[in-house]
Amino acid sequence: MPATARPLSPHISIYRWQIQMVTSILHRATGIALAFGTILLCAALLALAAGPDAFAAVRAFCGSWLGTLLLLGWSWALCYHLLNGLRHLLQDVGMGFRIEQFVRNGWLVSIGSLVLTGLVWACVIAQRGGA
Amino acid sequence: MAEFTLPKNSKIKAGKHFPAPAGASNVRTFRIYRWSPDDGANPRVDTYDVDLSTCGPMVLDALIKIKNEIDPTVTFRRSCREGICGSCAMNIDGTNTLACTKAIADCPSGDVKIYPLPHMPVVKDLVPDLTQFYAQYASIKPWIRTQTPPPPDKERLQSKEDRAKLDGLYECILCACCTTSCPSYWWNSDRYLGPAVLLQAYRWIVDSRDEDTGARLDELEDPFKLYRCHTIMNCARTCPKGLNPAKAIAEIKKLIVERTT
Repeated sequence: MPATARPLSPHISIYRWQIQMVTSILHRATGIALAFGTILLCAALLALAAGPDAFAAVRAFCGSWLGTLLLLGWSWALCYHLLNGLRHLLQDVGMGFRIEQFVRNGWLVSIGSLVLTGLVWACVIAQRGGA
Repeated sequence: MAEFTLPKNSKIKAGKHFPAPAGASNVRTFRIYRWSPDDGANPRVDTYDVDLSTCGPMVLDALIKIKNEIDPTVTFRRSCREGICGSCAMNIDGTNTLACTKAIADCPSGDVKIYPLPHMPVVKDLVPDLTQFYAQYASIKPWIRTQTPPPPDKERLQSKEDRAKLDGLYECILCACCTTSCPSYWWNSDRYLGPAVLLQAYRWIVDSRDEDTGARLDELEDPFKLYRCHTIMNCARTCPKGLNPAKAIAEIKKLIVERTT
């Protein structure tokens, strides 16, 4: 053994960020974000059961800029986690392992999640406009 | 566990600069990770300006030129210089590959950054300690395991179709590029076997002559040994031999599911 303890070679700070690494860490991050989003959903349901005043407070929070931002983030997290989850299902049966496939699918899922989020919000805004 | 920062003794400090000789026409800068066990100092990144007009085309050529002509203390492993021994595996320009088969021209413009294989104990400079990696390889017993006695008058034969199942597996040279590119292995190398060893495990599982498939699957059916693979795919993207460890791991998982249903 050398007199000095061996250093650990650098890893995440030097490894080139490629699409497959980004989609993987985003899957985990969106999963965690959705778990927290479920708390808000539970709060909304509890408020609904508690009475009109409580539910009005939840609605007011969701209508505020912070609430809207959180809902926007969670709806994207849901879209991303859903699409990338489908990709994981295909991988579980052995599909999509060639480099060109997972690079393409990674981009498809990433862009697709933004498009899907946009569609969801377009529907929300259209409904609100009609109401 | 995931630790995103380096331990105190591993943090990288500024290093020395070795300018190109006067009159050099085609200069490319190489930034190389340096650490020596002898001086008690932290790792550093030294900068070497190399005249490419008198240098071979590969990153290994540049490393050898640096060692021969600029700084003889630069330490790295190399042997075959044709991508079959796996000795010169290192992190070049952000991904793991073999220095002998990576062309300098294929590194995007800017400095060529060279580090040892990621998240490994460093012996010296670009030489990582692969003891754990080899021990994990030994743990899967990578040799033919049989129940039946060998035929008295010939070898254990294999059909062409069964032999073809080993294509894409037997070519692995155990350079450890894939295993050390895997974030799951970075955080769980004590218990997760990593892509290279799992590809080798699959190589024996699909071998028609091996008769210990059940026991091999039993040994792998473990939340850490096998199932730390989250199909990140860094392994397949980085393999210098164009193999696909992620696919081999997926096939092992499928076999384990199939035999329990």
